Formats: sequence, structure tokens, C-alpha cells
Amino acid sequence: MAVSESAIPVRDEVVPEQPSREPATLVASNVSAWFGDRKVLESVGLEMPARTVTALIGPSGCGKSTFIRILNRMHELVPGASLAGSVTLNGIDIYGDELPPTETRLRIGMVFQKPNPFPAMTIAENVLAGLKLSGIKVRDRDALVEECLTKAGLWNEVKDRLKASGGSLSGGQQQRLVIARALAVRPQVLLMDEPCSALDPTSTRRIEETISELQEEVTIVIVTHNMQQAARVSQQCAFFLAAENEPGRIVEAGPTEQIFEAPRDSRTADYVHGRFG
Amino acid sequence: MTVVDVRDHDAPTVATGAPAVVERIRPRALRPLDVGLFAGSVVAGGALAWLVFFRLTPMGGGLGFVLGWWVASLFVYRTVVHRHLGRQAATDRVMAVVVGSAAVGLFVPLVLILFFVLQKGITALNWGFFTETLEFTGPLSPADEGGALHAIVGTLQQVGIAVVCSVPLGIMTAVYLNEVRGRLRRPLRAVVEAMSGVPSIVAGLFVYAMIVANSGSIPVIGTVVSWLPFSGRFSGVAAGLALSVLMLPTVTRTAEEMLRLVPGGLREASLALGAPEWRTALRVVLPTARIGLVTAVILGVARAIGETAPLLLTAFGSASLETNPLEEQSSLPLFVYQQIRSPEQAQIDRAWTGALVLILMVLILFSLARFFGARSKVARR
Repeated sequence: MAVSESAIPVRDEVVPEQPSREPATLVASNVSAWFGDRKVLESVGLEMPARTVTALIGPSGCGKSTFIRILNRMHELVPGASLAGSVTLNGIDIYGDELPPTETRLRIGMVFQKPNPFPAMTIAENVLAGLKLSGIKVRDRDALVEECLTKAGLWNEVKDRLKASGGSLSGGQQQRLVIARALAVRPQVLLMDEPCSALDPTSTRRIEETISELQEEVTIVIVTHNMQQAARVSQQCAFFLAAENEPGRIVEAGPTEQIFEAPRDSRTADYVHGRFG
Repeated sequence: MTVVDVRDHDAPTVATGAPAVVERIRPRALRPLDVGLFAGSVVAGGALAWLVFFRLTPMGGGLGFVLGWWVASLFVYRTVVHRHLGRQAATDRVMAVVVGSAAVGLFVPLVLILFFVLQKGITALNWGFFTETLEFTGPLSPADEGGALHAIVGTLQQVGIAVVCSVPLGIMTAVYLNEVRGRLRRPLRAVVEAMSGVPSIVAGLFVYAMIVANSGSIPVIGTVVSWLPFSGRFSGVAAGLALSVLMLPTVTRTAEEMLRLVPGGLREASLALGAPEWRTALRVVLPTARIGLVTAVILGVARAIGETAPLLLTAFGSASLETNPLEEQSSLPLFVYQQIRSPEQAQIDRAWTGALVLILMVLILFSLARFFGARSKVARR
């Protein structure tokens, strides 16, 4: 479907063109979460400083994904989901009245496990989708498309077929397209929920490179099952664990070297050395 | 259990110099043995059924013989395949034949209908059928006089009105049911389901009572309806409204199913980009489900275009061309219905031609819808 400009009311008053944003610090304190009556997270507190890559590691079902979805208000979209505690973005409570959920998600972008480009849009339209969907005006579209695709490490592969469908790319390319799409709205924080788990080693390496390059302009929080990946890309690490029939908790958090080389908790040591999970 | 037939034993196994010609193996290709087994079984089954039906018992031919032939063939086929390829292959092949015969069985009546209508309808089919009306054609006129232009125009206008009324409403309802997920979701779905069970004559009666026969006697609603320009008489618009009552549940249900097929990941992706939910539905979900929505419209039109009963009570019918849908109009189903009741062969021929044109019209409309629905700005490379 053609996405025409005229059909979208431009929110000039609220968002004056593309705001330039600095990476921000995200602080979660005392966060608990429930699905219905089942508690899946128990008072999790974590500071994710600006210009840092924070990795969330831990075995399946320990609440990492739930936690990261709480950070940009995606958790509440699941029917029956509820939470407690607070999350602040540079001191502003994202669950408060100051930030509407759409504005929060605009500032805190997200990349999912499965690449999900919009199949009804071209590659270029996919990159601009966030702006169109949130009604933000952009002056130079082509430049923005090129900039974001370059940042996501995809420009050289797709520059000759920007009008092709996003679904025509390979899985790894699709994931980088999705990263470009997330970057186009200039988020302050980028959340990545196992972004490489469906990709081959080459694509994984490209995305890890992308993460390192983006570090200066956006705060990154990444969930990963791949211990080497956490060690490679992150400066800070948080280890989540859920005992049987209990909600997930953070066992240990700190600088990545410390978590991997001199963990304080024996369970962390067991996990990072591959003895369980 | 495929035996690989290595024919060329002398061929070098290690490539030296010129590339060896490789014999390609197609394990799933149909071999002469398979065809022979099947054909032989059908012949044997036929012979067996013939023996049972015509020689050993006095049952005689007809449908029973065909059914007996089928059962006997299956039985023989199973036994033979079992002997050659084993039990598993036998079950597999027999099931394939059963499912295949079901498909053929479905196809036969369809082809018969088309063939029958084509054969009967072609006799009175000429150019005049599309350019003339029945205005100056009496009951005793030959079949090549007069035409169904008035009926074709009526059908197009009435179905067009029905599409305009029901498609936006149906798709918006589907968005409410599947995207908004409001509190009224369950009762609304129950209402839509109940509506799909409304007999077409009842839909016609409803519009007849509300609009055509409206005398303003029903308090408030009757008065409001009487302000409409088509109130109190038979008209094409009333027919379109009756048809839209019939189309609405089909469009809504199908559209809802199509929206449900849109992966939830796309909605999440859109919301995670900071999009409000209405724009997610409008810009992501609906365009993704586009081809499915075209199917919903097609099914709705298919439901409405052949309806006759509600039109008798609403459009009433006419022998002359009426391009104003506010007046009494004819339509192709009405044309067929009114002509086929005549004892005159010429009129009966004309009715069959009308039926043929109706089928052709449906075909053309569907092809157009498919063509425009599938054509997308996004190139799939």
C-alpha cells in the first residue's frame, strides 16, 4: 500500500521534526512482574548507564525478556500482565503521566528475536516506517535512509534495491534492516531481545560490529543466550536466575570482566562457565 | 524403500579430466510400474464390480456399479501395492487415492454445472443480449430478439451499492474484533455469526418492511426512514441494502480471519516504534492483510450476486433499462427467474443465457479483484 504523506497528520506541535537526542541512562528499581497471578520477576533493580552496552544473561524462563519488555512498556500489551516498581529514563518515570507510552517507545526502541520487517513496505519505507507510524516529519528522507542503513551495516548490500520488499532479504539482512528502522526515530535507548539467536555466525558478527559502532550514540541493552557474545559486546552484565516455581531475580550484576572472570556468586560462575543453563 | 538403479557400472567413480555425465535420480517421479499398478487395479476393479453387479447378483447398473467399481479398485490396488511395496506404502497409496477421488468428486459437479449452463445458454447468446432490453420484446418473440442489458446494469448497481455499504463496515468491524479487542467483542461476534444465518428471504422482508412498505407507521424509525428519497417504493437501493445485510457477516468474518493471520510480531514491531494503535492497524496490519481482505470482499460479493429472493421484495423487476437505482430495477437473477417460468422456449433459452452471463460476470469480477488485489507497489524480488 502506498504510504502517502498527505494521509498522515503531522504532529508538528508535539515533535518538531527530528529531535536530536543524547543517549540516556535507564534505571529500573524494584521491578516485579506478573502474568495473571504468576509472578515472573521479583524486585529487580538495575542501572543501565548511557553510552554503555548492558547484557542480560541467564537461562530460559528467568525473566530477562519480561524485564526488557518492561523497559519500553511492551510488557503491558500482553493480556493479564501487570508490574510493580519504577523505570526512569534520565530521571523521568516512563510509567508516569509525563511520558505517554507512544513517546516512551519512541525514545526507547526495540529489536526483537525474530526479524520483523513490514512485508507490505519496501526496504526504504521500512527504514522510515517508525517516523511515518508516529507522525514525525523528516526533511531529507533519502539521506536518513542512507544514514540508518549505513549505521546498521546494510547500506552496501541494499543500496541498489531500496524499492524491493523487506521480506526479500535474508534473515541476517532483515535483522539489520529492523535495527536501521529502530535507529531512524533516533532513540535514546535501544533494547535488543536476543537479536542474533535466529542468525548465522556471519550475520551475528555483523550485528555485533553494529552494536559496538552504535554504542556512542545510543544506550544499548541486549538479552543474549550466547555467553561469548555477552563478553564481546557488553561492558556491563546482569545475570538473571529463577529457581524452580519462583520468580526470576538478578543474582549478580556488574562490569562484564568481573562477571566472567571473578564472579562473586557461585551460581554465576557455574553459568558463565557453561556448567548449567 | 527406493531401490537406486545404478545402470552404468563402468563409469569412472573419480572424475578425471572431462566431467562425467551424471545420471539424475528422481525418487518421487512417477515410474511406469506405478501407473501400471494403478491402471491395472482400476481395470481389475471394474471387472470385479461388473461380475458382482451384472453376473452374480441381479443388482444392475447405475450409481451402485460406479461405487462398487471404486471400492473394488481400491481393494485390488491395496492388495497389489501391499504385495510389491509393503504395508506402509499400501496404506499411503490407498489414502492418496481416497483423498484424490474426493477432489475429483468435488470437481465433477462444478464442471457439470458450467458445462450445462454453457451448453444451454450459448444458443441465445448474441451481441444483442448485452445491448438490448426486454422493453419491446413480447413473450412470443424469438430468442435472438431482446436482451438483458437492463438486468446487467441492475445487478452491477445493486451489488455495487451492497459493496459500498458492507465492505467498509465489515472491515472496520473486523478491526474492532481483532485489533481493538474491545469489551463488546464477544457479543458482537455472536451477532455477526447469527447474522450469517439469516435466510436471504428474511433479509429481503426486513428491507421490504422497513423501507419499501414504510408508511411512517413505526414510531421514530419509520418517520426517519420516510425522509429518505427511496422510502416507500421498490428500488435498486433497497435491493442493495438487502444484499448488504447478507454480505456483511461474510465480509466481517473472513476479514477477521485474515487479520488474525497477520503475525503478532508486526504489531509489536510497530508499537515498539512508538506508533499509536490506530496507525498500527491502518498502516501495518491492513496493508499486510491486503490480499486476504480482497478475498473477503470476493466471498461477500459471491454471497450476494446470485440472490433472487430478496430482490423480488425490493428491486421488484422491470423490463426496461433503468439506470436510476432509486427506481424499480431488474437484475440478472430476477431476469432468469422471470424468464424460466415461461412456457415459451425462446424465453427459457433467454433465461439460460442470463444464467451464463451471470456466471461470466462473477468470473470477470473475481479475476479483476484478484488482479488489483495482488498488484502491489512492493516488488517481490
